[in-house]
Amino acid sequence: MAIVHSQASGMGGVRTAGDLVARMQLAKSMRLNDAKKYVADKLGVGLLDLTDEVVMREVREELDISTVYMGYGAASRGIEAKANIAKLLDIEINCVEKFKNKTGMKF
Amino acid sequence: MVLTRMGDGAFVEMTESEVRKEVEAGVEEAVKKAKCPPLTEDDIKRLIEIICEPRKFVSVERGNELVLTYDSQPLKFTRLGLPIAMPQILQTYERGLMADTLEMAYVHYSAKPVKMIFPEEQYVVAETLLTTTPALLYGVMPNMPMYTKPDGPCENASELLPKGLIKEAQEAQLEAADLLERDLLLLGEAMYEAGADGLDLDTTAAGGDAEFYACLRAIEKLKERYPNMSIEVGMAGEFVLGFHGSLEYKGERLAGMYPHDQCRMIAKAGGNIAGPAINTNTRKSFPWNLARAVTMCKYAAEVSPIPVHANVGMGVGGVPMQITPPIDCVSRASTAMAEIGKMDGL
Repeated sequence: MAIVHSQASGMGGVRTAGDLVARMQLAKSMRLNDAKKYVADKLGVGLLDLTDEVVMREVREELDISTVYMGYGAASRGIEAKANIAKLLDIEINCVEKFKNKTGMKF
Repeated sequence: MVLTRMGDGAFVEMTESEVRKEVEAGVEEAVKKAKCPPLTEDDIKRLIEIICEPRKFVSVERGNELVLTYDSQPLKFTRLGLPIAMPQILQTYERGLMADTLEMAYVHYSAKPVKMIFPEEQYVVAETLLTTTPALLYGVMPNMPMYTKPDGPCENASELLPKGLIKEAQEAQLEAADLLERDLLLLGEAMYEAGADGLDLDTTAAGGDAEFYACLRAIEKLKERYPNMSIEVGMAGEFVLGFHGSLEYKGERLAGMYPHDQCRMIAKAGGNIAGPAINTNTRKSFPWNLARAVTMCKYAAEVSPIPVHANVGMGVGGVPMQITPPIDCVSRASTAMAEIGKMDGL
């Protein structure tokens, strides 16, 4: 079922910009079109680019916010990527705040 | 001829005019039950096109994609008999299944039993958060009936009501609702402290209006304590059952609420995403069920102040009641909910 929805109507997750648009819905209760526009503006891309895996892989590598590729030379992943996403989208991400508190790091 | 299905998943052949009749009847039923506006003629034409498309798989046009949230991702792998640990299941969803969001959950998926294993569940949440990128919610079913006899300490309203003990049944439900509310507060606190982005309450109000009441109160209190906590509320059905019958939240009676009112109440409590669940009638056709579900959901999205993610799965959102939901129906329901229902997500 998850596969069917992802192919029929899904945004594509980390492969594209689906996780970023989802974050704005969850963090700020933004409606879909507002969340897409907010993310597109922050990334400096067009709305249609948000679900283009070719464009988004380059954008995500450049911004260092994780892609689905995890091999040699890969972009930041996991908590590293989320620290960059929090700054990029101007939101607080709970686990990033916890990470800062536990390590004493400020960024 | 158009090859489509019944609500139980069995194939059925119809002419295009028969499909139209089924769609119109489904819309009419939604309007009658939920007291919502009908789909427009353009919506109906588009819905018929989607249903009658000869290809097995249908998808949205580029630009019409929406956000996907989930119910219990680990459970889906457990059901397949795949012995994979929960953090790895969520990594698979992120990197292999194009998930926009992640959801950690215990296999029982009810709030009450999770309380016994908070430390173990906090561990998998904290561990997974280090290695994954999308927002991660912790999901549970409120499942208020677990607090009633024989599974819990409270008297069972479904045994008291047939005996005419209305007041006693209402009191028993309030007692169970109080226990549920307390557990949801404990759960929310535990998972937020572990680093989760928030909670997903799934199949909310399965136990009726008192369960919905407990969830709304818990959301309100959690948001007071953790304003940045994200909370998604998926409903159990299209209609809040009035087992109690008199409960109100912020001045509005909960019993009998349909999706558009359910979404408003979730927003009032402080929820971030509302998830209507429109039940599938197995004796009716897929076109009838899908038209009915899209009509109710479209109105819910119009009046809701927060994003609406329709439940579109086994026996809800127009999809046939099958443990292996047919791909032809799921892809059509997914497309129709995005392009006609104007959902923010599924």
